[in-house]
Amino acid sequence: MKIRTIGRHGREGLRNLSRNGWMTFASISAVTVTLLLLGVFLLLAYNVQQFSKQLESQVEMNVYVKEGAARADVLELERQLKSLPELASVTYVSKESGLDQLKDKLQENASLLEGLDKENPLPDKFILKAKDPQLIGSVAAKVQTLPLVDKVNYGKDTVEKLFKGISLVRNSGAVFVVGLCFTALFLISNTIKVTIFARRKEIEIMKLVGATNWFIRWPFLIEGLLIGALGAVLPIALLSFGYSYLLSVYPSFMYFNFAAVDLVYSVSTILISIGALIGMIGSVMSISRFLRI
Amino acid sequence: MIEMHDVWKTYPNGAVALQGVSVRIDKGEFVYVVGPSGAGKSTFIKLMYREERPSKGSIFVNGFNIERLKERKIPLLRRQIGVVFQDFKLLPNMTVQENVAFALEVIEASPKKIRQRVNEVLELVGLTDKAKDLPAHLSGGQQQRVSIARALINNPSVIIADEPTGNLDPETSWDIMRLFEEINNRGTTIVMATHNKEIVNTLKRRVLAVEGGQIVRDQKRGVYGYEN
Ligand SMILES: Nc1ncnc2c1ncn2[C@@H]1O[C@H](COP(=O)(O)OP(=O)(O)OP(=O)(O)O)[C@@H](O)[C@H]1O
Ligand SMILES: [Mg+2]
Repeated sequence: MKIRTIGRHGREGLRNLSRNGWMTFASISAVTVTLLLLGVFLLLAYNVQQFSKQLESQVEMNVYVKEGAARADVLELERQLKSLPELASVTYVSKESGLDQLKDKLQENASLLEGLDKENPLPDKFILKAKDPQLIGSVAAKVQTLPLVDKVNYGKDTVEKLFKGISLVRNSGAVFVVGLCFTALFLISNTIKVTIFARRKEIEIMKLVGATNWFIRWPFLIEGLLIGALGAVLPIALLSFGYSYLLSVYPSFMYFNFAAVDLVYSVSTILISIGALIGMIGSVMSISRFLRI
Repeated sequence: MIEMHDVWKTYPNGAVALQGVSVRIDKGEFVYVVGPSGAGKSTFIKLMYREERPSKGSIFVNGFNIERLKERKIPLLRRQIGVVFQDFKLLPNMTVQENVAFALEVIEASPKKIRQRVNEVLELVGLTDKAKDLPAHLSGGQQQRVSIARALINNPSVIIADEPTGNLDPETSWDIMRLFEEINNRGTTIVMATHNKEIVNTLKRRVLAVEGGQIVRDQKRGVYGYEN
């Protein structure tokens, strides 16, 4: 294909946009509605995802060391724990600093602990975080088998409930995103199909006059791309304003800070790419059956 | 130039349009295809530029073996044949000159050459002053002339026309026929299906009469031979 032919296809694609005014408008509207929906959902899904990660990352386990373990043995245990690949962090809390922490927590009521300094009942412990918090149960089982480990505690019931909830939200979110993408593809390609059906005679004429399939496809492809991209403009604008407004009014929810406004830029890129891609695919798919002449 | 050997055509719905047609048309000939409605004239013509495929038999056009022609190569065939349709088949969104130029754009001719050729053929069909109009703003005869100009622009060695005067009044029909005569005089082969008795009987040319999907008459300087 010669360069000037590429130019010709571009011009032709642009002209078709304005020639088919109402059809163009209808297609762009269909894209706008679906992408807006998709955009809102993507923002939501990302934040939920971050929120659940944050919850997960707070999951930790306490490993209590057996009474009377020698200092050297505790160090050996620490070395063993640190060598476990599943662990993200290992923090040693000696019985003394454990008591200090407890005092800090109790603040003015710290006097309750008076006298315990001499005979500290707290065990030495390690606080562990797993790289994959979801696997904390199996990590705990493994740690339990190490010598000198007295007890492992990670709030089993609560954590399991939390994880169940999180994976439910995540899975349904993924299903929803995929579903929305397909709906978008279906809706957009259907609208384009209608506009192209109205122009099947033109396609037929072009073929009869000696145009190759690609000569006919290109302007449609460019038209579809532009429809998809133009359809992304309004959703991107609305989401950008909407999200920055939300951040300015409610920057956080419980302890969770909403993802920074940069998120809108990523979502915008996704929306405009999906729009353009689906526009092109929709156009090319819809005209293929009229090219068989 | 154009050769058919025992060509049969059955449409998917079972309609038998052609039954064992064999014919040979040489370079520079002017051939009328006549016959009653439903005889198979349009089918005969559509096979030549591969709008329809034969069910059986072989067809050669300009050296192209039509039944073996790959999907990809069909445009190459069509660029060598100018087709004039009864319903004009003009692109409604394009001006007269854009419609005519389209047949050259598809072969990626240079803009200069396109402009030059478009002017030439529009002058030949007498539509220079309508170059920037949309087809919808033209009369039937003018639209038919645009479609002839488009068929001519590639300098095809064959022009195939299916009832090019079918939608036109008698006077306009004669204008169009004079145009075809002129084109033929330059050496271009012309195959034309027509119901126009007066024209066939006046401009005496080779006549192929088709009835029930068969060629029943092939006359050198023939007559129409049917009552309208
Ligand atoms: N696309 C098609 N599908 C099915 N049958 C068809 C098709 N085109 C033509 N036929 C049938 O094939 C036969 C020949 O039709 P054709 O159009 O070739 O006739 P014709 O001689 O051109 O008629 P007319 O003078 O009315 O234009 C007819 O019986 C017609 O019904
Ligand atoms: Mg016919």
